[in-house]
Amino acid sequence: MSGNDTTTLRWLLKKMRIRNDEQVNLIIFLQLYSLFLQPLTFFFSSEFLETMEDEVILLDFWPSMFGSRVRIALAEKGVKYEYKEEDLVNNKKSDLLLQMNPVHKTIPVLVHNGKPICESSIIVQYIDEVWKDKAPLLPSDPYQRAQAKFWVDYIDKKVNSPGRKTWCTKGEEQEAGKKEFVEIMKTLEEQLGEKPYFGGETFGFVDICLITYYCWFYSYEKFGKFSLEAECPKLIEWAKRCAQKESVFKTLPDEKKVFGFCIEMRKMFGLD
Amino acid sequence: MAEELKLYGTWVSPFSRRVELALKLKGIPYEYIEEDLHNKSPDLIKYNPIHQKVPVLVHNGKPIVESLVILEYIDETWKNNPILPQDPYQRALARFWAKFIEEKILPLAMKVTNSEEKEKEKVVVEMFQLMKVLEGELNGKDFFGGESIGYVDIVATIIAVWFQVTQEVIGVKIVSEEKFPVLFKWIEKLKSIDVVKECIPPRDKHITYVKARIEAALLKSAPN
Repeated sequence: MSGNDTTTLRWLLKKMRIRNDEQVNLIIFLQLYSLFLQPLTFFFSSEFLETMEDEVILLDFWPSMFGSRVRIALAEKGVKYEYKEEDLVNNKKSDLLLQMNPVHKTIPVLVHNGKPICESSIIVQYIDEVWKDKAPLLPSDPYQRAQAKFWVDYIDKKVNSPGRKTWCTKGEEQEAGKKEFVEIMKTLEEQLGEKPYFGGETFGFVDICLITYYCWFYSYEKFGKFSLEAECPKLIEWAKRCAQKESVFKTLPDEKKVFGFCIEMRKMFGLD
Repeated sequence: MAEELKLYGTWVSPFSRRVELALKLKGIPYEYIEEDLHNKSPDLIKYNPIHQKVPVLVHNGKPIVESLVILEYIDETWKNNPILPQDPYQRALARFWAKFIEEKILPLAMKVTNSEEKEKEKVVVEMFQLMKVLEGELNGKDFFGGESIGYVDIVATIIAVWFQVTQEVIGVKIVSEEKFPVLFKWIEKLKSIDVVKECIPPRDKHITYVKARIEAALLKSAPN
């Protein structure tokens, strides 16, 4: 506080009929405040906090149902991130991807403050553990958590291969894939039961890991020549319920766009 | 109410032995039930209808299945002597390496055992590459978990013990001291821990078992 400030302040305090000795105390306090405490308020200002914000980057490929899981999880938690598309159609993996996931060289990869996390189900758990104050994705009870992890493990092991066969193969292999796929969806439908979500009342880990296949169902059905709604009506009801959530409908690519992608891929593989 | 903890496993399954190791590391008392996988008990089918495999942990009547899921359940329920790290990033890394072992190394190891002579060489070279990657993760540490054994070490006991036995039987050496000195040292340290020794199948019985299985598989695939 400058000399002028002190003079003005004393005049003001006198006008307020504050006693001399109390004026002195007040002035000492204000001087100490402006010297020590006031500068610290900078650390709570938005300018400073913005520089301390997390740097979150997602390496992904738009049709990937694994990348979508991560995008939904980040959306549920309201985390801001930078999206980087990998050119996997032309197999042109970026230097960043090769550096961040040297073991598998696959997407998705989440890079959080420079540190990579790979494998979609591991990334979703990581997101839940780091941004734990909002929208819990896993239950808090250990037994319920184990159930959720079991079903995500089941989805990871069982769904992709037959699903892929329905659109990416022909003849007997395609038929077998379709049959297996429907069986697995029926098992999942049975597990869902009467609950609104796999997690119970709220959308969670298992829902996230399965719903990202929803935009692929159209392609599976078209190429495999079957109707999942006819086979698993309750599961499709669940999928439509999930698709009403903002994090889901803003993330999942349009099913017709996915279908177009499948057509391109089938041509590339010489199937059509 | 007393805690009721049952583990359904087999003496030779590396997956049920993992769970035993975790329970012993935490000093948790449990009842062990030996399953005969050629004659599965009604309990096993009741508790694990989807996969009908061991291990199954039944805690106060509630079943948990899949060894990696069980390990995490044990760690979250009994918080002493933690198996997984506390830090979310370190946890993600531990889960990554466990998955790498389960989904990349194990299937390839099975291929080494089951493949024809001509294909074997190619598969063995692939195995060497994967083991080199895994070895790199030790990176100067005594164990994958750092100074003491953790989640990845428990999952990797299959490499330290079961691989060695199979390799001896089929005469293919994957983890040798010359090729993988760091991994070799880790195996020695791991096997010297008392609680780990308690969770290793008796060696002779194990060798006999593997020999019998390989012979049975050969007979099945032999042309008539």
